[in-house]
Amino acid sequence: MSVVSLPVIDLALNEEGFFLHPEDWREDMVPALAAREGIDQLTDRHWQVINFMRSEYFAKGTGPTVRVLGKTSGVSIKELYQLFPKGPAKVAARIAGIPKPRGCI
Amino acid sequence: MTTALLQPHTESAEFMPAKIDKVSIVVSKGSLDGIYPGLIMANGARAEGITANLFFTFFGLDAIHKARHEHIKIATVGNPGLHLVTWLGGVPGMSSVMTHYLGSKMEKLDIPSIPEFIEMIADTGCGLFACKASVDLFGLTREDFIPQVDDIITVGEFYEKAAGGHIIFT
Repeated sequence: MSVVSLPVIDLALNEEGFFLHPEDWREDMVPALAAREGIDQLTDRHWQVINFMRSEYFAKGTGPTVRVLGKTSGVSIKELYQLFPKGPAKVAARIAGIPKPRGCI
Repeated sequence: MTTALLQPHTESAEFMPAKIDKVSIVVSKGSLDGIYPGLIMANGARAEGITANLFFTFFGLDAIHKARHEHIKIATVGNPGLHLVTWLGGVPGMSSVMTHYLGSKMEKLDIPSIPEFIEMIADTGCGLFACKASVDLFGLTREDFIPQVDDIITVGEFYEKAAGGHIIFT
């Protein structure tokens, strides 16, 4: 048996924990990013939201708010809060490596 | 900017003011402009992962009243913020016209109507409570309210629920 230490990735985050450079994000970071948010069991529904956050961000320049997620991601508001109890849009944006979605509603 | 590894983040308490964990928002007015701010604050709190409760009292009860919450209007009398001539605000139908005008602007901005907004807020896990004193005063019962309302509670119970958080009166 041999043990290899792989280098730890340095990620630039802002003070709220959002990626400064969304292009740094890689899919294989998601489990570790989710674990930081207290989500240990990533389901397909989590992935659906995370992928939707990224595609919306790259299409529109800003991530969707909870209301927009509820209307367009295919996941209801109730379920969004079950998946991401600490705030669906905010937490999913951190895991998806995009800036914090802006919007009051 | 901080450089973080993929490790649990250690919020540096000495540099950051304490975060808000919980808010209890009182809605006491029954006009459009009296109700929306409290709803926006409650919804925004939940979006930030903050525990939130909404407490409806006095005319604020209209926001959760089955028959009335679809007909919330903006006050055109005694509302200098509208910049309307005083006598014009009292013209019959003026309140409906202004409400309709504002409603169409809100729709364009994708701001939900009050019934839709309250349903959404309930889905976010925010508590919805009616004030017992006001319910009794207006001769209302549980059946007058939308099903999302959790309970009719006394002011003492409200303070119990608000314990450990901030109270916002609107």
